[in-house]
Amino acid sequence: MTAELVRGQNHPLPDTRLEIRVSAGHPVLAGATLGDEQGRVPGAEWIAHPGAPSLHGVAVPEEAAADHRLTVDLEAVPGAVHRVSVLLALPGARGAAGAARFGAVAAPHVVVAGRDGTEIASYTITGLDSESAVIALELYRRQGAWKVRAMGQGYDGGLAALLGDQGLERPADVAASILETVAPGPAQVAAPTQRVPEAERVRHTAPVTSADPATGTPAPVTPSPVTSTPVTPTPVAGTGAPVTGAPTPATGTPAPATSGAAPSGGPIDYSHPRRRAATPAPAPEPRQAPPAPVAGDASGWSMDERLYNQVWGMFEDLARTAAAYRSACDFAESRLDRELDETLSDYRSRVGGANDSARAAARARHDELVERAQAVLDRDLAQLAAESAVVEPALPAAFARWDNPVWHAYRVPAEEPMAVRLGDLHLPERSELRIPMLVRLPLERGLWVDSGRGRSEAAGLLDEVELRRLALDSAVAHTARLLAAHPAGQFAVHVVDAAGAGAAALAPLVESGVLAAPPARGAAGVSAVLEQLTERVDLLQMALRGGAADALPPGLDAARQLLLVHDFPHGFDDRAVTRLRYLADEGPSVGVHLLMVADRQDASAYGPLLDPLWRSLLRLTPVPDDHLADPWVGHAWSYEPPVLPPGSTVLRQVLAQVAGARR
Amino acid sequence: MCCKTDTNPDRVSALSVPLRRVLDNRTHGQRGGERNERGKRVTVNMTKGQAISLEKQGGGSLTQVRMGLGWQAAPRRGLFGKRTQEIDLDASAVLFADKQPVDVVFFRHLVSDDGSVKHTGDNLVGGAGQGGDDEAILVDLQRVPVHIDTIVFTVNSFTGQTFQEVQNAFCRIVDETNGQELARYTLDGGGNYTAQIMAKVHRVGSGWQMTALGNPANGRTFQDLMPAILPHL
Repeated sequence: MTAELVRGQNHPLPDTRLEIRVSAGHPVLAGATLGDEQGRVPGAEWIAHPGAPSLHGVAVPEEAAADHRLTVDLEAVPGAVHRVSVLLALPGARGAAGAARFGAVAAPHVVVAGRDGTEIASYTITGLDSESAVIALELYRRQGAWKVRAMGQGYDGGLAALLGDQGLERPADVAASILETVAPGPAQVAAPTQRVPEAERVRHTAPVTSADPATGTPAPVTPSPVTSTPVTPTPVAGTGAPVTGAPTPATGTPAPATSGAAPSGGPIDYSHPRRRAATPAPAPEPRQAPPAPVAGDASGWSMDERLYNQVWGMFEDLARTAAAYRSACDFAESRLDRELDETLSDYRSRVGGANDSARAAARARHDELVERAQAVLDRDLAQLAAESAVVEPALPAAFARWDNPVWHAYRVPAEEPMAVRLGDLHLPERSELRIPMLVRLPLERGLWVDSGRGRSEAAGLLDEVELRRLALDSAVAHTARLLAAHPAGQFAVHVVDAAGAGAAALAPLVESGVLAAPPARGAAGVSAVLEQLTERVDLLQMALRGGAADALPPGLDAARQLLLVHDFPHGFDDRAVTRLRYLADEGPSVGVHLLMVADRQDASAYGPLLDPLWRSLLRLTPVPDDHLADPWVGHAWSYEPPVLPPGSTVLRQVLAQVAGARR
Repeated sequence: MCCKTDTNPDRVSALSVPLRRVLDNRTHGQRGGERNERGKRVTVNMTKGQAISLEKQGGGSLTQVRMGLGWQAAPRRGLFGKRTQEIDLDASAVLFADKQPVDVVFFRHLVSDDGSVKHTGDNLVGGAGQGGDDEAILVDLQRVPVHIDTIVFTVNSFTGQTFQEVQNAFCRIVDETNGQELARYTLDGGGNYTAQIMAKVHRVGSGWQMTALGNPANGRTFQDLMPAILPHL
């Protein structure tokens, strides 16, 4: 089973002898750099490129071509090398004919395969635009073993910038000399050579002690300039380059000057470059052995959407498999009760041991059924846990837990994601199996972090002050995530903290400078903020209803607004409460959202008048609580608030990025 | 769908109401017919009231079955077709554990809680009557919870027409893994009743078996059929 990697995802390599196949649909230059532990490339002699195609166990093609096959023998790589970066560059970048940016060509597809041709991992480098060089993959040592990571790191500055980033001196010169080797010139225009028979090509690679996949002899690879490793027909079919078809990189392709035209030496390959990985149809697996889970294994237009749908699919699966289990247990229970009753009502069996044996039989029937239900549940949960294990690390920041490394590489997004994660959900059957609670953006309703005791057990163990502190902390975490999910300047946060009681918890927001204004204090501050937002909602609603969105005052920014209210109803008069209710009702449709941190008890003076307000908000808790129901079966799910790793500075780092992007 | 919401109790009440009517002594037709293998296909073309047992061809056990229901839409009437007397047949499946109804899949609850039985959606008017399924219920037998031992399929005429008045109505049971039709009933032109208890799929040993029932009954939704279903469990 091929793992389809997403950007940043890594995958273990079971084999040290690899073949890396690139299909770009456009002539590209393929190379590899060997870096030390810090990823630094010591010198130009550590770069495998068409001018120096073989190097320490790495062999790259000599030409720029649309399809490449690189071979890597990780055992032959020197011990000092910790990182092998596979790079692609557009040869046209230096002004020659051909595309100068990856955004203008098809997304390159990279496949890492074992020597026997079985695909280990594949990765489609999407999202490139003005870049003309990209690090596609990285093979790296991790505790003695090698892994592959999908990089997709593009460089606007082309190969020179890429090499410079790897610590190379005079990267521009090196890049120029590398690109020179594939520059269109008489010497490089490889004549469309006639097809070399497979067997003959093997003999051509004289120094290569060929590893015959059939016999499986692990022969060391000595890369030769014309590395065309023997391959079984299967992997060739897998790359979509038919054996009888287009010239392989080894035999040469026409120079890139032909600008993306199909290699004239072979038939045009009509197959979709992205579909190639799927070409070798795997034999349908038996139902009993579910295929290894893959992140993004759901329908959708983008990886975000696919992951979102996958998470919701897991949510539904877990709800349904738990429903089957619970239903079976309930039935077993009720049948046991009935059968026990029957034994008691049967007078004849009361004397003698018949009664006891009947009861034992009933219990055995109960246990047997529960056991079978448990077996099914365990099987399903194991499958979901395996899926969760691959999905969690692949999630983008907005969907990821705070302890996910993706947050350390956080950058302010160019467009908002589909959803954000507001916490985790789990069922008592397997409390360690957490389903991300993803809520669509823009938020349809306001959020309410309940700082009251409620009915939850966990809250009962905490004192009131602690609970309130936790509530505000998790509200700050939600706010930070919403800020991080929106593009720069597209999300403004207002804070109301009438008594200033939350100053310590709000410090990350205040100090990083992401707030529109300092937290509003006192009754006057509260009503000023509320009035401003009420006016905004009123204006936008009017424009919306009148169909005159372009008649809005030019000064009005289009950013969504979030009002974080702490310590409600402190500092709120009746007028302010009415305004707040107006915001809760009318705000979401025009992008004005509410995040309340409140204990309902504090507002008990209002009696039932505020009940509709509380009901209109999505209730979250600062401690685990089971108050959320799924839409399919209606189980009570335990909600787990987002937790920042202890001592972590990730929240402040992210907020600093958000603030920085606005400047 | 709106026309249905007010006339049908929701799912929870549907299961929790005690079976109100005592079993009426309506004749269920003669039972215990024999395998009727007319035609070239292995399809068993049933006449009403026949009960036969089926196993997957080749002796294996069924893994996925589909109950399909099709009928011809009523002819258009009125200037704009607004006064057509639409015919709405509904397919339902009831899941039983030891004669206790546990879950039901019908037009208001399209997927059983455990996810093993799925209704593809309500059709309110019927189709071309050319043999295509207008409503279907899919059962993934491998995912049916362990305590469920019988699934009964029923067809009701929601709009009240008897099967005598419906053109080209049929229902069939298909082995979804290979598309083979296991049993087919012709409903139209039949008796003066509005419902039929189609078939049951039940556990036999470690696998499943299907028994075609084809018992006529009367009722608007599956709830009305409960008394008629119970004797077949």
